[in-house]
Amino acid sequence: MRNNGASLAILIMLCPLFAVTVHAENLAVRNCTWCHGGSASGYPPAPALAGQRPQYVEKQLAYFHARTRDNPFARQYMWGAARNIDAESARNLALYFASLPPRAASDGVPNLVGIGRTIYQEGMPEANIVACLVCHGPNAEGVRDIPRLGGLDYSYLKRRLEQWNQGYHAAVGPPMISIASKLSDDQIEALASYLSFVK
Amino acid sequence: MRADKTTQARFAWPANPKLKDAGSRLALAAGVLAVVCVGAVSAQHQISLSGDLQGKISYCKDCHGVSAQGYNGYYPIPRLAGQQPEYLQNQLRAFIEHRRTNNIMFNVAHSLSPAVLSALAAHFASLHPPPIGGAPHQLVATGRRIFEDGMPEVNIAACAACHGPDATGSGQIPRLAGQLYPYMIKTLGNWDKERGRNPTVPDAATIMSPVAHSLNKSQIEAVAAFVSTLR
Amino acid sequence: MSFRPPQRQRRRAFRSPPGATLILPAAVLALSFASPAAAQDNVSKAEVEAKLHYCEVCHGVSAQGFHGYYPIPRLAGQPTEYLKNQLQAFVERRRTSNIMFNVGHVLSPAMINALTTDFNQLNPKPVGGAPKENIDEGKNIFENGVAQANVPPCASCHGPQGKGNGPFPRLAGQLYDYISNKLTNWDKERGQNPSQPDTSAVMQPIAHSLTQPQIKAVAAYLSYLE
Repeated sequence: MRNNGASLAILIMLCPLFAVTVHAENLAVRNCTWCHGGSASGYPPAPALAGQRPQYVEKQLAYFHARTRDNPFARQYMWGAARNIDAESARNLALYFASLPPRAASDGVPNLVGIGRTIYQEGMPEANIVACLVCHGPNAEGVRDIPRLGGLDYSYLKRRLEQWNQGYHAAVGPPMISIASKLSDDQIEALASYLSFVK
Repeated sequence: MRADKTTQARFAWPANPKLKDAGSRLALAAGVLAVVCVGAVSAQHQISLSGDLQGKISYCKDCHGVSAQGYNGYYPIPRLAGQQPEYLQNQLRAFIEHRRTNNIMFNVAHSLSPAVLSALAAHFASLHPPPIGGAPHQLVATGRRIFEDGMPEVNIAACAACHGPDATGSGQIPRLAGQLYPYMIKTLGNWDKERGRNPTVPDAATIMSPVAHSLNKSQIEAVAAFVSTLR
Repeated sequence: MSFRPPQRQRRRAFRSPPGATLILPAAVLALSFASPAAAQDNVSKAEVEAKLHYCEVCHGVSAQGFHGYYPIPRLAGQPTEYLKNQLQAFVERRRTSNIMFNVGHVLSPAMINALTTDFNQLNPKPVGGAPKENIDEGKNIFENGVAQANVPPCASCHGPQGKGNGPFPRLAGQLYDYISNKLTNWDKERGQNPSQPDTSAVMQPIAHSLTQPQIKAVAAYLSYLE
């Protein structure tokens, strides 16, 4: 009897710890995966979050919460989704998603991959287009608050680049507006295709 | 172009006793036209050079930062703002000639005309944003000592002797003030792997090679931290 | 017998007035010349090499001089006595240079002997680069002085080819802007201890009497001499 009582007491004392750990995962499982997929690998139009840079996710959640990031899908979905996410939850979610193994969407246009790779790795100096890898890394994995691009789905990548040319300039790293403005439609499609295949 | 009556009427040639014959008038017309055309073309060239230059500056800033203050990308991208123009031009040429190894910068630089190259260098030299900062501040005091006094017991020269007491550099010697902390570490730690890569064409990089070698890791970090704070 | 002064005495010897030739140091010198290895007893070849390379980082390949943020002078071909005097002046702060104070105060006498000997024997071509318009005037000043300003010919102390001797420095091949700076700013840097006058006092009236154009002319001329 005494043993059972002691165990129960310990369990009750440890409950809050469990609650915090499980809470983040539960929150993610219950809310985010509805759109972002069971393993957070994305489900268009919602991008993959698995393996995304945690500082990037944390920042974007803050932007959604503050309604700074304001493109149509952001308004329609993420403003509501992020309404009750505070800073601590954002950090926990970000760390959780970062820990999940990324999976490449591989849904780009295959015969554009070569061009996309060249733009990504070498840029196009005559057209004043920088090489993406300088900031996003040789495997498009990102660093700090610069996002992973590798494995994101084709339509998401294409849409983001197009949005910056449509005037949705909020919540984005400083050079991206300038860079997007120099990309032609073909180049955007090539980049999005290449990146969708990068593991 | 024929100096016909219509043309004459439109341009109202001044009466010139020396140009009585049509031949001379034609020659004069051709000459004037040539000057006007060349003038127009030069003007257009000036405009397009300026347009080219603006496009190039924006391109450089996509990586090097909106005021060329540098950027911590996947790789640390150095500050160009306030840099010695002679140094910038030398580095661009070193990239082109593969004396300094960097595939990205080779691609960037090898299509630049000499006029654009020197205009870019002059532009960046004129920018003065504050440093990005971010280095561990507890290293700064040691870094200052090494920078200003050197470490003569271990044969480390005082950086200030060449780079200046405020690290602004001079001529071919680069400004270090406000340079990115991780960029300084990477550069000093890997000097020979990237610079002076053509042994048959030795360049200014050879001066720094023994200095970079004689600094150990913590000394490099200290100096890097110190200069990264300088305005 | 090798003369190795104890630590304290060595320090005192270091502070003795430069250029003074006392009997005892003369004996030391004689012994040093007799057995050069003895003077370098307490400094290894490797240490000297390392120190030389360190000096050359600033003073240039073969100590030819270098245009750093400041013009850093040529040491190649300098008389050893002059170099030793300057190092001592830096350490005693009779000559102002924070960087050279730091450099100098860690050097042992043996190291100084070795370094100055090595520098004296180097002979690279001059770095050059000075404007050439007034070289003839510079040559004239160097060889004939400026009588109306009471400036003696430089050659009378520095030698007909500007190669110096003993306490008088070599000027041949020295950096143009180094010579200009020094002549223009003589008092700001040299002879900083009025209670301990040194050989820099000799140049003081000369530096004062030369005009800027004359300084530039003679500096340019000297910078090309081999």
